[in-house]
Amino acid sequence: MEHIRTPKVEQVKLLDRFSNKSVIGTLHLTATHLIFVESNSTSILHHHIASMEKLSLTTSGCPLLIQCRNFRLVHFVIPRERDCHDIYSSLLRLLRPVSYDELYAFSYNPKQNDQQREEGWQLIDLAAEFERMGVPCDQWQLTDVNREYKVCETYPRDLYVPITASKPIIVGSSKFRSKGRFPVLTYFYQEKKAAVCRCSQPLSGFSARCLEDEHMLQAISKANHNSRYIYVMDTRPKLNALANRAAGKGYENEDNYSNIRFQFVGIENIHVMRGSLQKLLEVVGTRSLSMTDYLVGLENSGWLRHIKAIMDAAIFLAKAVTVEGASVLVHCSDGWDRTAQVCALGSLLMDPYYRTIKGFMVLIEKDWISFGHKFADRCDQLDPDQKEVSPIFTQFLECVWQLTEQFPQAFEFSEWFLIQIHEHVHSCQFGNFLGNSQRQREVLQLKERTYSLWAHLLSEKQNYMNPVYSPSFAESHPVLEPSTQACHFKFWRNMYHQYDRSMHPRQSILKQVLTFKESNRELEGTVQALKTNKNKKNTPLLSRKEVQQEEDEEVFGEEAREDAPASTDGERTVEGSSATENGYGELTGSFGSKNEPAVVTLEFGVARMTC
Amino acid sequence: MEFAELIKTPRVDGVVLRRPFMPTVEGTLCLTGHHLILSSRQDNTEELWLLHANIDSTEKRFVGSLGTIIVKCKDLRVIQLDIPGMEECLNIASSIEALSTLDSVSLMYPFFYRPLFEVIEDGWQSFVPEESFKDLESMTDEWRLSEVNKDFSVCPSYPSLLTVPRDIDDESLCKAASFRHGGRFPVLSYYHKKNGMVIMRAAQPLTGTNGRRCKEDEKLINATLCAGKRGYIIDTRTIAVAQQAKARGGGFEQEANYPQWRRIHKAIERSNVLQDSLIKLVEACNDQSHSMDRWLSKLEASNWQSNVKEILTTACLAAQCIDREGASVLVHGTEGTDSTLQVTSLAQIILDPACRTIRGFEVLIEREWLQAGHPFQQRCAQSAYSNGKLRSEAPVFLLFLDCVWQILRQFPCSFQFNENLLIMLFEHAYASQFGTFLGNCVAERGKLQLSQKTVSLWSWVNRPQELERFLNPLYEPNNLVIWPSVAPQSLLLWEGVFLRWNRSTKCLDEAYQEMVHIIEYNKELQNKVNSLRRQLAQLETEDSPLQTP
Repeated sequence: MEHIRTPKVEQVKLLDRFSNKSVIGTLHLTATHLIFVESNSTSILHHHIASMEKLSLTTSGCPLLIQCRNFRLVHFVIPRERDCHDIYSSLLRLLRPVSYDELYAFSYNPKQNDQQREEGWQLIDLAAEFERMGVPCDQWQLTDVNREYKVCETYPRDLYVPITASKPIIVGSSKFRSKGRFPVLTYFYQEKKAAVCRCSQPLSGFSARCLEDEHMLQAISKANHNSRYIYVMDTRPKLNALANRAAGKGYENEDNYSNIRFQFVGIENIHVMRGSLQKLLEVVGTRSLSMTDYLVGLENSGWLRHIKAIMDAAIFLAKAVTVEGASVLVHCSDGWDRTAQVCALGSLLMDPYYRTIKGFMVLIEKDWISFGHKFADRCDQLDPDQKEVSPIFTQFLECVWQLTEQFPQAFEFSEWFLIQIHEHVHSCQFGNFLGNSQRQREVLQLKERTYSLWAHLLSEKQNYMNPVYSPSFAESHPVLEPSTQACHFKFWRNMYHQYDRSMHPRQSILKQVLTFKESNRELEGTVQALKTNKNKKNTPLLSRKEVQQEEDEEVFGEEAREDAPASTDGERTVEGSSATENGYGELTGSFGSKNEPAVVTLEFGVARMTC
Repeated sequence: MEFAELIKTPRVDGVVLRRPFMPTVEGTLCLTGHHLILSSRQDNTEELWLLHANIDSTEKRFVGSLGTIIVKCKDLRVIQLDIPGMEECLNIASSIEALSTLDSVSLMYPFFYRPLFEVIEDGWQSFVPEESFKDLESMTDEWRLSEVNKDFSVCPSYPSLLTVPRDIDDESLCKAASFRHGGRFPVLSYYHKKNGMVIMRAAQPLTGTNGRRCKEDEKLINATLCAGKRGYIIDTRTIAVAQQAKARGGGFEQEANYPQWRRIHKAIERSNVLQDSLIKLVEACNDQSHSMDRWLSKLEASNWQSNVKEILTTACLAAQCIDREGASVLVHGTEGTDSTLQVTSLAQIILDPACRTIRGFEVLIEREWLQAGHPFQQRCAQSAYSNGKLRSEAPVFLLFLDCVWQILRQFPCSFQFNENLLIMLFEHAYASQFGTFLGNCVAERGKLQLSQKTVSLWSWVNRPQELERFLNPLYEPNNLVIWPSVAPQSLLLWEGVFLRWNRSTKCLDEAYQEMVHIIEYNKELQNKVNSLRRQLAQLETEDSPLQTP
């Protein structure tokens, strides 16, 4: 490729982020990856690189610091400054693709034929999902008003609205809403016929009103006989909403809308969230961090406060719907960030289906992808406006993780699933998250030209299973009621330190129990086979030879299995860690201090599952 | 003294018990000499049996004639009793107050408790120093068992038998003892089989301001070094604190007098500071406000996690000296009964796989805490809700357990026991029906005749029925040194203790049960497979007698 000036540099040093360790290897630059090869190789997708920094030259070479969107931070030292510069400038060009066509997804080829690819894309069917919720029904219908993306170009084609909302009402309402994002159904709680609807802020300014929009809300209210009122949740802090009024936007005036209960929730905007994550990463990236600096930094970053605000909002939503049986309309400014967070998380609290692997994919496909969360902008896919980048989706994943901590049996998937999704939201390896809206994805012909992440994840589903998942938990806890006490929100180390092996438990309970579960499945098979075999032995009808042959197979097949849990020994007993890596208190300059060979190697993949 | 004198109202009906995350119970409240009992009249399923000794503090409130007593326990639980009748309530409150603050050890429950189980293995006889020494003898002949302290005159807080270097005679020991705080001269704490390095512990040397020295003390610790080798002295105090100690007659080893030793100062807090830390932490955990900033700032202000980190770091450093540097270590702080023991015992958990078994852990607690003279009775007299004037209370042992829990979290398959054992030890250190944690040292326990008059905790724990609860289903023995991460991100708040009563654990418990089930099912299947294979093999031989003439 023309941008690559130096495809290979030898004798490059890779420094560990938190200890004084380093390894020497060869750095390769390809069109899609930066690969560092030593005894095992590390490869970094260009799309994952968020920023690079060339530090000033040292005696050992030229340091190159690369910060990735999956929270990996690598520190290379390249012997010759020229090589470093070449790598740096090549990367600079490579990681700023100017058109979608340059994204990895368009060159990635997992060796599947067209049919397989098509099947991958058909896995998630949103029409079927609405059907599962019981929509269309006597109160809700599918409207074709946005078939050509004429009413709202950031919405999907298929939208569900109350039966009584006529086209003029819809069109009128959409003109009164930011970006034309009028109120539509996103989740239907069948048990109480209560609906969760979403939209963007009204263009109310200081006094403007719109009859069609008022009708629209009334239609939503009337579609639910269980409650006389609907909640309107403005997920922004009140101050932000007030400020928007000056720009001709704002929030619903309770006097103009009949029977609404208006509520501010106070989730901060994308800029605050971006800054918050930056602060968090700065704090936890510090070497030899003290406990005080960590806790103070955690507090000052505000990150967990924001996570809790999102969770609180989702809990409010779920309670309004499931306890009061009221319909809720959720919006923020444009209705594609906070609104997506709250609607998706709220639905997950209410509906056990979304806590399964497949259901979670559907949820993301519905509330995030189809309703136009701007993945391209938020995740910085193309030559970016840095002010548009924000970890909104990451926060959603973290909220789900916080829930898995409180309800370990409620989710079919483990945190590795969430982390893997996060990885691919930024990898641009699959088509799902490319672009900012459905319309744009159609223009890009993603379904014809790229592959679906969901098919890929399902193919390695075993890695993402939660071994203690209990489907019956959903029956006893259809609605999750998490604790919102501050002490129950924790720092998600496995996400933000996913590449920092030294930070993690050296033995993983999750992995261990998964192994047992897998072994149980195999053993069950063996027991069955042995029983059949035994029965055959007892029936002398079979020819001697046949039985013998079968048994040989059995015994052979079983040798390998007998000690199934132990068969992974290579991985499991490799535990422990090194004293030097942890830097307990520095015997630096001490006599006899030498570079110890690692007596025990770390279990690779404790921190990151290799899949 | 008769307990009856203290109990003005032994029984009140219609008392309502309120506990967070548990259903409210109405029933009859009874006071006995050692227990507060509440049993519901409907059925006898809901009962509260609370040792008076477990009560840390009480508060009373009145609304009309309905009185409320808030009982705050040493295990950190808080319960509320609504008692109808002002007089009854006042009586109950004053009885609880009196009974929970009895000064005399011999009135404690362990002296009255009779076990409902048969004592198969007497815990008082389970751990004798001679036996540990036998193990040591099989590895090295550099050490001997000294009886110099057999009447506790050399060091009142040491046990009667001590392991010391072979070449140092008792007379030198006595001289060294007079040079160390409380007579706690350097003794063997741990012998690292892999390379023969040792951890010793002591109290601070009494150098004072004029730099006193003691040849015997120098000789004693030098005797533990191999020729040409050097060792590390880990002083658990900062250099500033150690300097200050000189003014009070204490101090630290001067380089000039101990040229073969390199001194490292760490910053483990003094016990009174630790008590304050615990009080603040528990207050933060009980804070009902849901503000994230408030929680994090209170957690930080409590300094608890910092203390955990510092202790663990120091222990790792000691272990690193032994295993990585191949150097012996002497650990001390001021008195050598608190931070010193935290460090030596944690270092052993890191280094020695035996300490990660249940039995080995019991031995460790017995040797490094009970016999080494950690003053349990003083330290655990009050817990986090103590509002009176504190004497020598400090959560030194709880911090040690917390550190063990941190290591257990990081190496969940390397310990034979689970978190329950640690929580149980915390509870019993503060209030117990067993005599194990009574008294402050071996000498005191002897005087109290605990082994004759009370039951040992170990007699109970080691019964197969009880042991089950403490077993870690994920355990797989390994002989490696386990190096925990001490990064703040790797150290967690011990929810099992500090948030135990502030959350519903049902979901977590059920998930744990499911995990246990998966593992047990695996064993079951393995057995089934093996037995089927045996049967098949048998059929095989029966079937073909001709092939094996």
